[in-house]
Amino acid sequence: MDNVEVKKLEKFALEIRLNTVKSLNHLGSGHYGGSLSIVECLAVLYGKVMKIDPKNPDWEGRDYFILSKGHAGPGLYPALALLGYFELDKLMTLNKDGTTLPNHLDRMLTPGVDMSSGSLGQGISVATGVAKALKMNGSDQYVYCIVGDGEMNEGQCWEAVQFATAQDLDNLILFIDDNKKQLDGTVEEIGGKRDFAAIFATFGFDSAAVAGNDVSAIYNAITDAKKVKGKPHVIVLDTIKGQGFPYLEQKASSHHLRPNEEEKVILNNFIAKLEKELEGLNNA
Amino acid sequence: MLKEGTKEIRQVYVDTLINLAAKDKNIVVMEADLAASIGTVKFKEKYPDQFVNCGIMEAQMVGAAAGLSLAGKRPFLHTFATFATRRPYDQIFISLGYARLGATILGSDPGVCAEHNGGTHMPFEDIALMRTIPNCTVAEPSDEYMMKALIEMSYEKGGLWYIRAQRKKAMQIYTENEKFELGKAKVVKDGKDVCIIASGICVSDALQAASLLEKKGIDAAVIDMFMIDPLDKDIILKYAKSCGQILTVENHFIVNGLGSAAAEVIAESGTGVKFKRLGVDKRYGQTGSLNFLKKEYGIDAESIAAAAEGLAK
Repeated sequence: MDNVEVKKLEKFALEIRLNTVKSLNHLGSGHYGGSLSIVECLAVLYGKVMKIDPKNPDWEGRDYFILSKGHAGPGLYPALALLGYFELDKLMTLNKDGTTLPNHLDRMLTPGVDMSSGSLGQGISVATGVAKALKMNGSDQYVYCIVGDGEMNEGQCWEAVQFATAQDLDNLILFIDDNKKQLDGTVEEIGGKRDFAAIFATFGFDSAAVAGNDVSAIYNAITDAKKVKGKPHVIVLDTIKGQGFPYLEQKASSHHLRPNEEEKVILNNFIAKLEKELEGLNNA
Repeated sequence: MLKEGTKEIRQVYVDTLINLAAKDKNIVVMEADLAASIGTVKFKEKYPDQFVNCGIMEAQMVGAAAGLSLAGKRPFLHTFATFATRRPYDQIFISLGYARLGATILGSDPGVCAEHNGGTHMPFEDIALMRTIPNCTVAEPSDEYMMKALIEMSYEKGGLWYIRAQRKKAMQIYTENEKFELGKAKVVKDGKDVCIIASGICVSDALQAASLLEKKGIDAAVIDMFMIDPLDKDIILKYAKSCGQILTVENHFIVNGLGSAAAEVIAESGTGVKFKRLGVDKRYGQTGSLNFLKKEYGIDAESIAAAAEGLAK
């Protein structure tokens, strides 16, 4: 990937981040932390890697994306809107009465959303099922799936891990959003200290760990993963909950935010800063 | 006099799937390490590329089935009825139901059919769980011909299905060419004094009970309510009016099963009838032979006849 493409993906990530915060702000509360930590990964997948057609969301030849941590829907919707799956101003209906953009994903409501999710641990299993179906068809399509590090508490995730290796699903690329926090505290204090890359390697995955805010690193990891045949792949994203938003990165509890008056000012300043950055990139 | 069927229900399941797979490569048969128990090993030998043994991972089996369905396959899942419903309930509810994805789930050996596997393997709550899923068709065949028809119907109609059935031979209720329709119950014996509504293994016992009642001058109707959802409300109301007495019999808790479903219809219709539910009431399963357990839980022919007689008096 050349420098121009890197800059393009970084700009896409900035736009996703800006619109994520704007839509959550408009709503007045939501899952800021876990939506922001996957922004760079989404930018790489939707900006470059995935074979998709926004004009034909159900195209049978597409790559599939399953956001198993379904509460990060507010991070995914801007990526879809920016690609033209639906109008950008729809983002301001996020989780409002009658919306097509619920906080937790619903594949029946939103063009481009491949799978409903929100009950944690389930999307990863569904991703293995899609991967198995594509293998049965002899297709070269890929399935991408983001799972939360806290979500890995769920026993079902480990069932899916066993299934993926038993079925040799090398068309499955799993990302773990290793943002180190879950709702009630740190992943380490609640679920125990886990070296996901090592654990997955032990299970028989092709395993890698990268900086989760680095679009080049994420892209290169995906490219490298595709060279390894016969094994499912995991890319552990070393991220920060609230990634790219310094205030939230520092805040202890960042899973869900209902901004107080002081935080509203901070958020508005952050939005203004991102808009200025974007303007600069557009004028460059 | 009823006689036993010619084929085991599990054999019917496997043979029907083999026939379907011959026509459709998108049929996928899934197991959670009970292929040998239901006989799908035969399917695997014939169509190895359309068979997935998930291992002892019921939640994963359901999730993977949802994924297979999402990518255009038609999954048929099997495990014992406890592990097919109660254990992966949220996965069925969300990954299949809420996500509007299709699969046929076979829960084998429901209720007392679990026999010597005992209480841990004896679901009396599976219908209760599955009938609350908004888009799930819930059915229970009473014999081998109906089993074949229901598996085929689930394939043709698509969507989410739960079918509970014993593995062994069932009593023969129908002949090979009998036709079955979605949401339409079968009147297996007409009668005017009392109407017995049953499903699954209870249908043959209800017919035997009707014979016992006949000797006492009571003319009992027997309805095979093989589909709990969608329920044949019309036939319940028709017999509520014509008989005035309704007895439901189920190999299941009397809470939120066939009896509850019938009671809901009758209560909301304003039709005043004498009504009783036979089934398991606030008890767990236990080990035992089929005949012992049917008697123990009060769903054998004699218990049915006694309850019907009580209503008809």
